[in-house]
Amino acid sequence: MPFIETLFNTAQQHFTASSNRKGKTMTTAPTAIEVNCETGLVTERPLTAEEIAQREADAAAFAAAKAEEEAAAQAAAAAKASAEAKLAALGLTADEIAALSK
Amino acid sequence: MALQLYKIATVEVGSAGASSIAFTSIPSGYTDLKLVVSGRADGAFDWHQLYLELNGSTSISVRMLQGSGSAAASYNNSVGECGPIIGGSTATANTFGSAELYFPNYSSASNKSISVDGVSETNGTTIYQILSAGLYSSSSAISQITVKPKDASAVYRNFVQYSTATLYGIL
Repeated sequence: MPFIETLFNTAQQHFTASSNRKGKTMTTAPTAIEVNCETGLVTERPLTAEEIAQREADAAAFAAAKAEEEAAAQAAAAAKASAEAKLAALGLTADEIAALSK
Repeated sequence: MALQLYKIATVEVGSAGASSIAFTSIPSGYTDLKLVVSGRADGAFDWHQLYLELNGSTSISVRMLQGSGSAAASYNNSVGECGPIIGGSTATANTFGSAELYFPNYSSASNKSISVDGVSETNGTTIYQILSAGLYSSSSAISQITVKPKDASAVYRNFVQYSTATLYGIL
């Protein structure tokens, strides 16, 4: 099966090549590795400006969503504490206030 | 005919690390594909999520069953998030998560199913083992597979040196 053998040999050559890369000094910029399965050619390229921007945008979006969640949780906790204080001012005991939320 | 497994290509990450590993121009001459990943990423977590892209698309529905050693949970997403199966920098030194991703009938004109079996690794009380089922709704053959690690804060991270990914073709 020549087609398969060719692929396998290509893969073997690539494996040797990739193993030999150990210890090679490279840039510290984020890198993407691509291997062409037909040719065995391995490309290590720095991320494009667009890709870096997307990564940063994803991180910022997650941070914003997280902050929003935390703000909402804090607001809910503050509202609960305020409501409980008002109920206590009306004369309800702590057990009675707790019973309201069960 | 007995099952035949062929190594198509393998990647070992060098000292600079890698934000992603992509297999391109995947031949369509096999029946199934299997991708084996041994990975650790540079985020300060015990584990990272493995994200999958097929033909450049992240529109992959995933249902995930996850065990932590003390609890089980299930999740779903539609962005190719396969599970917490890549190690991190706070995991025990020199340990790597491992995963197998299986793509049956990857070159058919029907939608493609994906199964993932993986585990992150550390000497601790909480670490995850997952089984995931994925669906890639596309009539195109899978000719490109990309994997990327994201940390627990959903920030893209980099595979560290000696992480490997090997793609096999199955007849």
